[in-house]
Amino acid sequence: MAVFWQDPITFLRLWLENLLLSWGVPADWALVIRFAVGAVLLVTAALLLVILQLWLERKLIGRIQDRLGPNRVGPWGLLQPIADVLKIFTKEHITPAGADRIPFNLAPVLSVAAALMVWAVIPFSATVFGADLNVGILYLLAVGALGELAIILAGWGSNNKYALLGALRTVAQLISYSVPMTLSALVPVMFSGSLHLSVITRAQEVWFIVLAPVPALIFLTASVAEVGRAPFDLPEAESELVAGYSVEYSGLKFGFFYVAEFLKAFTVSLIFAVLFLGGWRGPGAESYPVLGFVYLMLKSGIVYLLMILFRGTLPRFRIDQVMDLNWKVLTPLALILLMVIALADYFLRGTLPLVRILGLLCINGLAYLVLDRVLSSRERLRRRLVAQPVRPVARPENLITSSDVGGRS
Amino acid sequence: MSALQWVFLVTALITVSAAVMMVASRRMMHAALWLAVALLGVAVVFVTLEASFFAVVQLLVYIGSILIIIVFAIMLTQRSTEAGPRLNPFAWGAAGVAGVVWAALTYIFIRWLMSGTPLQELGASFDDVVPLGKALVDAEGFAVPFEVASVLLLAALIGAVYIAFERRGEGS
Amino acid sequence: MLNAWLYIGLFTLVAAALPAIAIFLAGLLAPKKPNPIKNATYECGVETVGPAWTQLRVQYYLFALAFLIFDVESVLLFPWAVAYQQLPLFAIVEAVIFLAILVGGLFYAWRKGALNWQ
Repeated sequence: MAVFWQDPITFLRLWLENLLLSWGVPADWALVIRFAVGAVLLVTAALLLVILQLWLERKLIGRIQDRLGPNRVGPWGLLQPIADVLKIFTKEHITPAGADRIPFNLAPVLSVAAALMVWAVIPFSATVFGADLNVGILYLLAVGALGELAIILAGWGSNNKYALLGALRTVAQLISYSVPMTLSALVPVMFSGSLHLSVITRAQEVWFIVLAPVPALIFLTASVAEVGRAPFDLPEAESELVAGYSVEYSGLKFGFFYVAEFLKAFTVSLIFAVLFLGGWRGPGAESYPVLGFVYLMLKSGIVYLLMILFRGTLPRFRIDQVMDLNWKVLTPLALILLMVIALADYFLRGTLPLVRILGLLCINGLAYLVLDRVLSSRERLRRRLVAQPVRPVARPENLITSSDVGGRS
Repeated sequence: MSALQWVFLVTALITVSAAVMMVASRRMMHAALWLAVALLGVAVVFVTLEASFFAVVQLLVYIGSILIIIVFAIMLTQRSTEAGPRLNPFAWGAAGVAGVVWAALTYIFIRWLMSGTPLQELGASFDDVVPLGKALVDAEGFAVPFEVASVLLLAALIGAVYIAFERRGEGS
Repeated sequence: MLNAWLYIGLFTLVAAALPAIAIFLAGLLAPKKPNPIKNATYECGVETVGPAWTQLRVQYYLFALAFLIFDVESVLLFPWAVAYQQLPLFAIVEAVIFLAILVGGLFYAWRKGALNWQ
């Protein structure tokens, strides 16, 4: 029997179950009610988390840019996001002329739902998880497809050139980056021998980021791109596409695209923590499941802070740079590392754990160094060729004396 | 009727009507969106058959990439977002012929399945992914088709490159 | 397994219903004063010319096709990865060959310049 302070969620679950059964509710319906209550609570918690995220991100980005960030509403501006939500709640919903109404209105809902659906399968602690699906990882990747569908709906429904172009550009970026993401997600599956997220978590006596640091790095980079945050925020490049697929949205409909973006940012951190950082694992997490939840949130919080740091410090990529990074660096790297790790781990199978860890680490490092040389050598060559012809410097004497060289070559 | 059967009936109804709407809609983009609904319905049908792996693959491959390819292809073609004229005057006749063929095929399949050996019942904890993985690379299983699939994908990639180069040649 | 999917089904319903209800309520609260200028397509103040349709370049299609190829490939590899710990060397080499053929294809496309975004 679970004790409340060891595992509050399981305690409450059992309590609810017994309560329903004692009221004479049939067992099947009790299950449905319990699931529904769990789903409502989890969805609400996830949406409330976004409010906290909004504050945290604005405050931190403010500090990075040498500003104060929100500081007027509430202590340290803590109530600012709540004020924002209330304001956006009362704004007019504008439906542009010629909009395709059903896709237009469906898009923000589907966008949030796709981001939330990931939460249904995450194991939050040793005992608390929504659904322990036998295809957990694939489900995570597949739900992303629904997010892409939402973006297409938004772009098409708005009847706006910028929205449509922005949507298709976003989708092109998302599908490209899901290639290295899927390929590096294969590595935890290989090590744990299961697609169950709970089994993958339990298999991480040594965190998979230690066994496979390079695939973890690829996965992290690809997830930042999947979220479409800076430096990969081309889809909403203000200077090029106005705001991408959400141009025509206003009021709460726009608000939900915003919510979906923040939610996705935390969700990919959560996925990264589960796949590579040991999920809820940590000292004492087995006997005190509530600790496991704290560990998981801490780990994904750290990944999320890293993403805020990326956003605050890196300039935006150009579209060709985004595509080059994906198809010429991350994808070949992920493919070749997958082959190398598959072969290496086979030969290290029976050895001592420490030997296996060191062997895999060495192989990862070696493969990375060699591939980095090979993959970037062509790029360096191109850069040198561009820079080689000495260009005339725009100085007054050049402009006057050598007019045949100036500006042309 | 059990709850599962109700779920199946509702999903099947939605899927089939979405498919009909897809064929009937005059704007290509609407057809693509109805296709998305139909594909989602098929994924749910896979779920009711407890084939989780196929349900998820359905989402990942069909909605995640085939549908997106279709949308990109629609955007490539000229004037495709507007409602076009009805091109085929024999549409209803063709639908009738297709319906008859479909009914005949279903009849044959049902007869064929009835005469076969009864299917085995699987345990509750049966996980279909591990045997599938083993069979895919087993020399006595599907090792050759597995490698041939890779060659097929390679051929598709080379074909895609070829298409791109044809187009670029025309442009410049 | 069906229980897990039941939970996911319920979760999806809730996850879609909550934003939908919120948008509906906000729609009731919000002012409704449409006018032709406000409802016009937003293009930074410039008047809209022609339909929203613009022809995409073949590049998008090419990358989508490349994505489909790698998507199908990873779907075939997931069952293999699950069984990986129990597989003999033969089976692992087989998957490595499978991957190597595709790496070859990727490098072919690269050398042909098909991966350059222009």
